[in-house]
Amino acid sequence: MDNHYSIYICGVGGQGIIKTSTIIGEAAMNQGLDVVMSEIHGMSQRGGSVSTELKIGGYNSSIIPKQGADMLLSFEPIETIRGLDKVNSETKIVYNTHPIVPSSTDKAYPSVDSITKTLKENFKHVLPIDGTQLAIEAGSVLSLNMVLLGAVTADDKFPLTKESVIDAMKNNLKPKFHEMNLKAIESGYKSIKG
Amino acid sequence: MNLKELVTGDSGEKQFLLGNEAAVRGVIEAGVSIAATYPGTPSSEIGNILSVLAKDANIYFEFSTNEKVAMEVAATGAVSGLRSFTFMKHVGLNASADSFMTTAYSGVNGGMVILSADDPSLFSSQNEQDTRNYAKLANMPILEPSNCQEVKDMVKYAFDLSEQFKIPVIVRTTTRVSHMRGIVEFGEVKDNSSNCDDHWKRGHFNKDPSKYVPVPAFAGEMHVRLWDKIHKIEEITNKTEFNQVISLSDEKKYGIISSSSAYNYAHDVCKFNNLDINILKLGFSYPFPKDKVAEFLSDLDEVFIVEEVDPIIERDTLAVVGAEKLDVTVHGKLDGTFPLYHEFNSDVVADGLNKLLNFKQDSEVNYSSSLEKLQEDIPSRAPVLCAGCPHRAMYYGVNLAIEELGLKPSDVVFASDIGCYTLGINPPYNAADYLLSMGSSVGDGCGFSVATDQKVVSFIGDSTFFHSGVSPLINAVHNKHNFVLTVLDNRITAMTGGQPNPGIPIDGMGDEAPEVSIRKLALACGCDYVRVINPFNLEQVIKTYKEALERNDTAVIISKAPCTLIKGLTKKPPVSFVEKNCNNCDKCVSELACPAISKINGKITIDTAQCDGCNVCIQVCKYGALEAGR
Repeated sequence: MDNHYSIYICGVGGQGIIKTSTIIGEAAMNQGLDVVMSEIHGMSQRGGSVSTELKIGGYNSSIIPKQGADMLLSFEPIETIRGLDKVNSETKIVYNTHPIVPSSTDKAYPSVDSITKTLKENFKHVLPIDGTQLAIEAGSVLSLNMVLLGAVTADDKFPLTKESVIDAMKNNLKPKFHEMNLKAIESGYKSIKG
Repeated sequence: MNLKELVTGDSGEKQFLLGNEAAVRGVIEAGVSIAATYPGTPSSEIGNILSVLAKDANIYFEFSTNEKVAMEVAATGAVSGLRSFTFMKHVGLNASADSFMTTAYSGVNGGMVILSADDPSLFSSQNEQDTRNYAKLANMPILEPSNCQEVKDMVKYAFDLSEQFKIPVIVRTTTRVSHMRGIVEFGEVKDNSSNCDDHWKRGHFNKDPSKYVPVPAFAGEMHVRLWDKIHKIEEITNKTEFNQVISLSDEKKYGIISSSSAYNYAHDVCKFNNLDINILKLGFSYPFPKDKVAEFLSDLDEVFIVEEVDPIIERDTLAVVGAEKLDVTVHGKLDGTFPLYHEFNSDVVADGLNKLLNFKQDSEVNYSSSLEKLQEDIPSRAPVLCAGCPHRAMYYGVNLAIEELGLKPSDVVFASDIGCYTLGINPPYNAADYLLSMGSSVGDGCGFSVATDQKVVSFIGDSTFFHSGVSPLINAVHNKHNFVLTVLDNRITAMTGGQPNPGIPIDGMGDEAPEVSIRKLALACGCDYVRVINPFNLEQVIKTYKEALERNDTAVIISKAPCTLIKGLTKKPPVSFVEKNCNNCDKCVSELACPAISKINGKITIDTAQCDGCNVCIQVCKYGALEAGR
């Protein structure tokens, strides 16, 4: 089962989730790996929860089965909780700790510390990062997706090289943002690798 | 990837494409000259891309006012000898159905392909109808791609098939195929650059009423010819490589027949669980390949039919089992092995197969009680109207007008329509009580006004009004119906991603175009009361609705303000909060419910990144706690 790798990516509409996933997919293709991805457009994007699913290595279906993800990459704390049915005991859970409070008033937003504490009680690999802060330091909050992309590449089991991910980033994003995005990828990578 | 590569990419080149991008490459490889659509998720990106690439690809492209017009543009292109393409979401095929049905009879000369995108699990639709029923209804061949490569290949093949048999061909995708991304290897592009006037090729229509005018004298013969074509095409579906056995086992006891996205799940479940099953994948499913299926079934004891949405292959397989007197048990939706609704995934398919095959190991998840509680307690994040959305201002104002007239919410029926504004269904607006289809709010207004004594306010978007709101408005005036029709003119087809419509001066290829006035249309329909208002002026909204609701005719109110997502609009400075004036009435949060305003730690907070400066909240606040930004 070498080179099989499934990533469930979730967050809020407008955070650059589809672009991030496309970059990973293109990098996989360029490394000669099979890859399929699923994304949702349309009504679900009006400020709602957004997710993509990416499967590398010999899959026909682009939908990750329950508990089937190797990596849960979440752009927003409570979206991590919503994505947990894709998680098993070995899944790496990487998430941005900066909340986007929904305008729904049905329930109060839980504290991020309590989310982290609860996740750590239940899973082995819980990796919170302040991606929004790292993105701001890299040059713009808009580079959050590249910070998180860098974090994915730091996982030992991730089958793609950082270089091919960077190449795919350059092929998909405007040249004037390359420097900032490189910085963001590096800082995300370091936040996991240390 | 640069989109232009869909035009310039060489044969053999590989790209990581969205299913809808792959469809566009298929259209380009097929040498299509005419393409028309009305946007609808999950097919919309095809149009968005074609609108950018049409001129480079020698294609005439238009966003038609509705799918029926798009069908007619494609049909006439095809009878004039040009390869023609129309595409739509599944329910769009309903809108086009009257002409669609006849295209099967009258046939084509140039290839004609109709792509219809189904939406199992209703990600952005009002139903889960299955386009494959239409293939049977119209007697038209249908192809069902499972992945992006097949989308490209089948769209291209469908044009050849269509031309060979002079019949339109349907390509059915689902959301998970249209919005899947995968590796696509490009093929050769058929040259369509000869005889180009403007940028696309011109054909010629050779008159022959006996073929093209389905009066009773001719249509009977057309039906005979149609069956003749379908019988011949069935010989192809029995042989085509799109219908092939995927061999995962030497065992012959169990088999699966599957198509489209459902095939992907079936394949992965069998492969990754090492199940002893072979799969007959049907990529070309109507006319049903009876011989191929009978051959596959002949060695089996039991067969599973894995398909989304309706049990169509299943019923056809049962017919084969009956006709051939085969000793094989058929499991599918009809015997409860798989669900009759909603999209499948690997878990659903595994659960179904497991009922007989018992291969799944229990994998119970035991979370701590604190996590279970957290999962229950997280706030929802449903789609909402954007900050600065003109629809919010309207809904807020209409509800106030109703209140000021002394009417209860139950006294007024809101007939809604298809668009972002359907989100008005949510509290606090509660502004969608009944909805059928594109344009239905106008006809529903007619009906409610005669069936009840309740007041009726209909809401329809600009694009939806052009799509199918005009003829029911004529009905309303002529039959003296009493309701208020609101046209929410936000200068774009918003929910599907911002396509132009006849109300704005740009066409589908980005060229200047005459702007059709909604106001003049309403006047021409005979409406005596037509008002164009600024939705962000709360006082004007309330005053106009109070006036309109007291009339006894068909009143038309046009709310004219651009969608905040239109690119290039100048953004006004965000509103600022003056804490000392705040009375904690929470009206701005609970009654206006703008996503840019929230109450954090007991204090009103403006999200300045989201706030669009529409300033409606300033008019809502009676205490001067919200001020226009400078």
